[in-house]
Amino acid sequence: MSYVPHTDAERQQMLAAIGVTTIEDLFEAVPASHRFPSLNLPAPMSEIETAAELQALAEANEHAGDFAIFRGAGAYHHFIPAAVNHVLLRGEFYTAYTPYQPEVSQGTLQAIFEYQSMISTLTGMDAANASHYDGATSLAEAVTVALEATRRKRNKIILSPAIHPQYRAVVRTYHQGGNLKIVGDAGRADIPDLLDMVDENTAMLAVAYPNFFGQIDDFAGLAQKVHDAGALLVMVANPMALALFKTPGELGADIVVGEGQPLGIPMSFGGPYLGFFATREHYVRRIAGRVVGETVDQDGKRAYVMTLRPREQDIRREKATSNICTNQGLMALAACVYLSLMGKCGLRTVAELCYHKAHYAARQLDALDGFQVDMSKPFFNEFVVKCPQPVQAINDALIEKGIIGGYDLGQDYPHLRNHMLVAVTEMNRKEEIDALAAALKEAPEEIRS
Amino acid sequence: MTEPLIYDISVPGRCGVSLPGVDVPETPLPTELLRKELDLPEVSEMQVIRHFVHLSQFNHSIDKGFYPLGSCTMKYNPKINEDMARLPGFAHLHPLQDDEGAQGALALMFQLQTWLAEIAGFKAVSLAPAAGAQGEFAGILMIRKYHLDRGDTQRTKILIPNSAHGTNPATVTMAGFTAVELPSDENGDVDLQALKAVCDDTVAGMMITVPNTLGLFESHILEVVKTVHDCGGLMYMDGANMNALMGVVKPGELGFDVMHYNLHKTFSTPHGGGGPGSGPVGVGEKLVPYLPGPVVVMVEDGTDDEPPLYGLHMPEKSIGRLKAFHGNFGMHVRAYTYIRINGDEGIKDITRYAVLNANYLRVKLQDTYHIPYNRYCGHEFVLEGHFGDAPDIHALDISKRLMDYGIHPPTNYFPLIVPEALMIEPTETEDKQTLDAFVDAMKKIAAEARENPDLLKSAPHTTPVSRVDEVRAAKQLVLCCRPIPEWAG
Repeated sequence: MSYVPHTDAERQQMLAAIGVTTIEDLFEAVPASHRFPSLNLPAPMSEIETAAELQALAEANEHAGDFAIFRGAGAYHHFIPAAVNHVLLRGEFYTAYTPYQPEVSQGTLQAIFEYQSMISTLTGMDAANASHYDGATSLAEAVTVALEATRRKRNKIILSPAIHPQYRAVVRTYHQGGNLKIVGDAGRADIPDLLDMVDENTAMLAVAYPNFFGQIDDFAGLAQKVHDAGALLVMVANPMALALFKTPGELGADIVVGEGQPLGIPMSFGGPYLGFFATREHYVRRIAGRVVGETVDQDGKRAYVMTLRPREQDIRREKATSNICTNQGLMALAACVYLSLMGKCGLRTVAELCYHKAHYAARQLDALDGFQVDMSKPFFNEFVVKCPQPVQAINDALIEKGIIGGYDLGQDYPHLRNHMLVAVTEMNRKEEIDALAAALKEAPEEIRS
Repeated sequence: MTEPLIYDISVPGRCGVSLPGVDVPETPLPTELLRKELDLPEVSEMQVIRHFVHLSQFNHSIDKGFYPLGSCTMKYNPKINEDMARLPGFAHLHPLQDDEGAQGALALMFQLQTWLAEIAGFKAVSLAPAAGAQGEFAGILMIRKYHLDRGDTQRTKILIPNSAHGTNPATVTMAGFTAVELPSDENGDVDLQALKAVCDDTVAGMMITVPNTLGLFESHILEVVKTVHDCGGLMYMDGANMNALMGVVKPGELGFDVMHYNLHKTFSTPHGGGGPGSGPVGVGEKLVPYLPGPVVVMVEDGTDDEPPLYGLHMPEKSIGRLKAFHGNFGMHVRAYTYIRINGDEGIKDITRYAVLNANYLRVKLQDTYHIPYNRYCGHEFVLEGHFGDAPDIHALDISKRLMDYGIHPPTNYFPLIVPEALMIEPTETEDKQTLDAFVDAMKKIAAEARENPDLLKSAPHTTPVSRVDEVRAAKQLVLCCRPIPEWAG
């Protein structure tokens, strides 16, 4: 099958108009020695056969449609109202591109403006951009803003070890070409330890809210101390937790970044997701990526347009602070539709369901012999449980019972060997939580041998 | 035509979802940690649907009409792609699922890596980059690490022709290099003399777009590659324009060391109103150990009875992770579907007909508009959007007037080396009737420019809004429609 509509007659007419005999004649500028190589690809396939092949590949995966899932660690199985997908499938949205021409892009522009507004209210910040690739790259871009905001005179940043390990890895990837000193995340530093590292060379301190272990750290006095040193406070937030807990704005953050996947975006094996980025007015002109602003048209009608364009790569060229061009537009639309449907009441309800179910699960697991839940700090919908055996062995046994277990923290934190990070959402019914507890309890021999 | 903001149709007490009750014993909430208020709209499901359907109708899109936006490859996005990406086994797969439980997804990624490598003649491919710009960034970081690992520390420059994509110079700066711009010659090719003059042991590499942003295939490409290699530099190809090359030439065989692909251009994954994209990178032998990770590898070969076992792997000297998890997987599913359906013949036809369509338009318009580098083009070409006898008319006016004909404007004012540039890329999925209608519209506009220039100056006339005040948007910055309460910030 092909999506090329030309008939043989049309091709001939077009070739005649150009004045060549064959399409191949149009490629004379390509060196003859390298022109028209063999292409070792399979033969074309029908839509029926292709769909069957993809179906088989999809079914070869253990997924949340078939299994009870307790794995989070940065990606969560939340409820997505059917209406979200129906809006995303409007060809007018998903087959448009970046709204460079505002007169024929008001749909996309207004939706992004509404998204920016919702992210601002959720985080307690003055402004948000139109998105980054994901939570990790949002954090990496926040580092650039902090370095610019401190006029490139400071080259040290402090990362909490309780920020997602992959996010910290991405910050290192992004900034390997500069002379940035990244400290704080090598050991087990808690908030006071991180504050001790702040000095006159520090551009920013970043913490996670909730942290990678699902916990709400005590941020009292944090912002004050960071600001007193002339540095920026960056928070990596879970947007679902923000439905319930204090805004990062109230806690004094200067930049709030995070992963928007919980807001109506399927887990999809890691992407496409949504990096949200919000900040205070003071830093707005320094942020990277697209930003939509309100204005009027020639007749005075309200209209929207991409603004602050001179910051961007295509205009500022080598002086731009980021090369981001395409972002995650459709995913921002998904979050906008999701937050509209959920609204004030629905989002809070979902967050409370997560909270209650996670706490119920924590108590059930903590009651099991050999298992111990870390209750040292308040938590939202994820918690750490110390296990009597390697997490991998436990998960191998759980999958046999139709359960995808928690994340093995020993992979990233040597001191947390045999510790599992368990995520619970509104999708986990009580029976699933009970089944998890029962599976861990009933199969001690199998698991612990 | 305007649509109220979703907040403006909010009615206290409404909600657009139904949610279950709490089925576990409740736990007291930590009151002192809670937020005071949540300022989200309160609307019904039907209000939400009508709101976004109204908004959608304000957009131009491929599904609605011709979209010849140069450099963006706005081809038709097959519907089957969307259905495949939404299969529950893909959509509900957790990114940290154990490899054994994600074999279907990993097999798909492995196959896509293999196909992409074959199409562009590379040794290996990583699907990790989330977009073309991130693929570029990955490529330049690989070049950097390659030199550093060899103790070659004085290479600080990356050469970029002035016909390159806008992201290229910014990419170079992000990676810690200095961008050195090269001029084009009178044919629109890289000026070889200028290239030879700057090539020395401070050059880390060169980034070049092929075909370039004029839509032209570099006449001396082999010499350009050799010149840079001879001074110890590596060659990066911006693969955004692969739609002009598939089955015609393999960049890896031309000597390129690294290239990114844009799955949202060449491989039909939708542009989504500004993403998500996907920008895999392909590399030759030298750079394989530096690929961004993770990549998918075959851990155990298959047998007659058992399929192979696939796993995620971090290459030994990898530049690292570019995002959390493993790239924009949903885009990988769509691109896989597209390549599978097209097959070898279909992939070759994509390029053949994309180039046929572009040359047809070029020839049809060359008597009406000035085309500065007028020779056989690739998948796109650039003409000048102004007329000697209508001096007040600019490329922008022509673009805005095209909207009245139901056509999305070409890319404006890019590349920078052509005055009043209009960059036109029809893609292979447009039929001759659509192309002819575009030619007619462009000719009518050229006539209007002389006879009734105000019609162009005041265009567009049929769109939901007229020309917008961009200066006001930047000066009176309004980025959020809600007040931030005292307690929140």
